[in-house]
Amino acid sequence: MKLLVCVSKAPDTTSKISFTDNNTVFDESGIQFIMNPYDEWYSLVRAIELKEQAGGTVTLVNVGPASNDVIIRKGLAIGADDAARIDMDPKSALSTAQQIAAFAKEGSYDIVFLGKETIDYNGAEVGSMLAEMLDMPYISFATKLDVAGNTATVSRDIEGGSEIAELETPFVISAAKGLAEQRIPNMRGIMMAKRKPLNVIAPVEVAEQIKTVQFELPGEKSAVKMVDPENMDELVRLLHEEAKVI
Amino acid sequence: MILVFAESTKGQFKKSVFEAVTYGAKLAASMGTTCAAVTMGEVSDAGQLGIYGAAKVYNVAGVGAFDSQVYSSVLADAAKQLEAQVVIMPVSSTGKAIFGRVAVRLGAGCVSGVNALPNLDGGFKVKKNVFSGKAVAEYEITTPVKVISLMGNTLPPESTGAAATVEALDIAVPAAKVRVKEVKTIDGIVPLPEAELVVSAGRGMKGPENWGMIEEMATILGATTACSRPVADTGWRPHHEHVGQTGVAILPNLYIAVGISGAIQHLAGVNQSKVIVVINKDPEAPFFKAADYGVLGDLFEVVPRLNEALKKYKAAN
Ligand SMILES: Cc1cc2nc3c(=O)[nH]c(=O)nc-3n(C[C@H](O)[C@H](O)[C@H](O)COP(=O)(O)OP(=O)(O)OC[C@H]3O[C@@H](n4cnc5c(N)ncnc54)[C@H](O)[C@@H]3O)c2cc1C
Repeated sequence: MKLLVCVSKAPDTTSKISFTDNNTVFDESGIQFIMNPYDEWYSLVRAIELKEQAGGTVTLVNVGPASNDVIIRKGLAIGADDAARIDMDPKSALSTAQQIAAFAKEGSYDIVFLGKETIDYNGAEVGSMLAEMLDMPYISFATKLDVAGNTATVSRDIEGGSEIAELETPFVISAAKGLAEQRIPNMRGIMMAKRKPLNVIAPVEVAEQIKTVQFELPGEKSAVKMVDPENMDELVRLLHEEAKVI
Repeated sequence: MILVFAESTKGQFKKSVFEAVTYGAKLAASMGTTCAAVTMGEVSDAGQLGIYGAAKVYNVAGVGAFDSQVYSSVLADAAKQLEAQVVIMPVSSTGKAIFGRVAVRLGAGCVSGVNALPNLDGGFKVKKNVFSGKAVAEYEITTPVKVISLMGNTLPPESTGAAATVEALDIAVPAAKVRVKEVKTIDGIVPLPEAELVVSAGRGMKGPENWGMIEEMATILGATTACSRPVADTGWRPHHEHVGQTGVAILPNLYIAVGISGAIQHLAGVNQSKVIVVINKDPEAPFFKAADYGVLGDLFEVVPRLNEALKKYKAAN
């Protein structure tokens, strides 16, 4: 099986977020970047597990600048075979999907994996766009994926439950919690990753359809009102009369 | 014209659809146009969408179980046939699966998870939460056709009109490639992304055997239960209850956090809640800084007391 895993970088979850250029650009200075957790913990690991079971290759693809190579190498250390970095600073879900689509069309992959969303822009858009561009079925927010021959059984999160379905490869799938268990790269993996191919690819031309106007930080919360732990009637009264939420 | 995708489950609409129609009607009014809704497959009482502001309700027959390729093809064709300027759908599992596909099919600029009405002053500008709720971004969509998805609880559904007549829309339905085998849902519980009231608990609970009082509070309030990540990771509670940056992001009217410290990753998914109550025995717990109401005390004493007070209140009101 030929498996393609799309990985994205994201600011470390403890990052304090700020903006520059009149609040139009995310300030990356001092930010520690990590591999987007849904990509690393679930999507990449499930792809590696399938390869371990049935053979094949796991290719990583990232759209981003050379500074992303650290993150890509980590993915190789966890167990991907090779990687491609499309050399462009991603500006939107659309242009990211267009770059990956152009790359994926060359490779005739059986399954294209993504994380369910990135923890920076939280769009969950790239997978759906990519599936359309590749004219493939799309299974979003998958918590289970088993493959026998070219038939896959999947389970995905829906409101208050799950949906189980079957389909044939090729398809695009986005990974949610439960699809796999996080793997920590070991020393051997880290050493081997240094020798695995990481190809840098020129981007295709794309036109943006949205513009960032500005970013805002949420307003400061007013000070917390402490309620006497002995007097929960008072809390109920406040929630009813002051906050009007019950 | 503004077109709202009115998704249905077992022929029924959820509140998020009424919100999206209300939103579409308000947007249509400010753009000097009308709002229509499109439904797929068998739907009971699709005409009720008129009450929330849909001037017309369309139905495409012959659409079966969910397949993102089928749904997005039908919705995009409907938008083309009806010459929609803006297509709106709720943020939901269905919405997220088809959102990008529909935008690509229509060559439309798109923004998902919008949380306010667009600003039409000098363009079409929409806002959404980014960085898991740590910031808000404003985007301008520059294409003639626009696709947006609406966060739940952005605005309440408003009944303003009368039921509409339902018109059949003649659109080809492609064959599905995904074969849905089984749909498992827990009935009677409002899913977290739609919940208005959420009761959540963390490691301070000491063990899963103590959750009875949290469930009791949820039952009294008609709330949905949630938990912090380590609680789900250790199997004390099911994964779907995990809220935060790497779990479900929620924006209920009321979030009650019991025995949760308020780590930055937890806050990221819940700090958009309108009112936050924190019950914790540690005065230094970071959650107090994000709270509207705080109770400093032992949860094993405070929660039973709060449940009694809530019962008394419910009996009187
Ligand atoms: C990449 C990454 C992603 C993460 N994503 C998430 C996420 O999405 N969601 C999430 O929740 N976490 C997430 N975390 C974990 C997060 O950092 C915290 O570890 C976690 O939220 C802590 O859970 P907790 O508050 O239940 O437990 P603790 O931090 O252990 O807090 C327990 C609290 O209970 C209080 N307490 C104890 N006993 C009592 C008592 N008897 N009465 C009253 N109060 C009591 C304590 O004072 C303490 O404040 C993430 C971490 C990382 C690194």
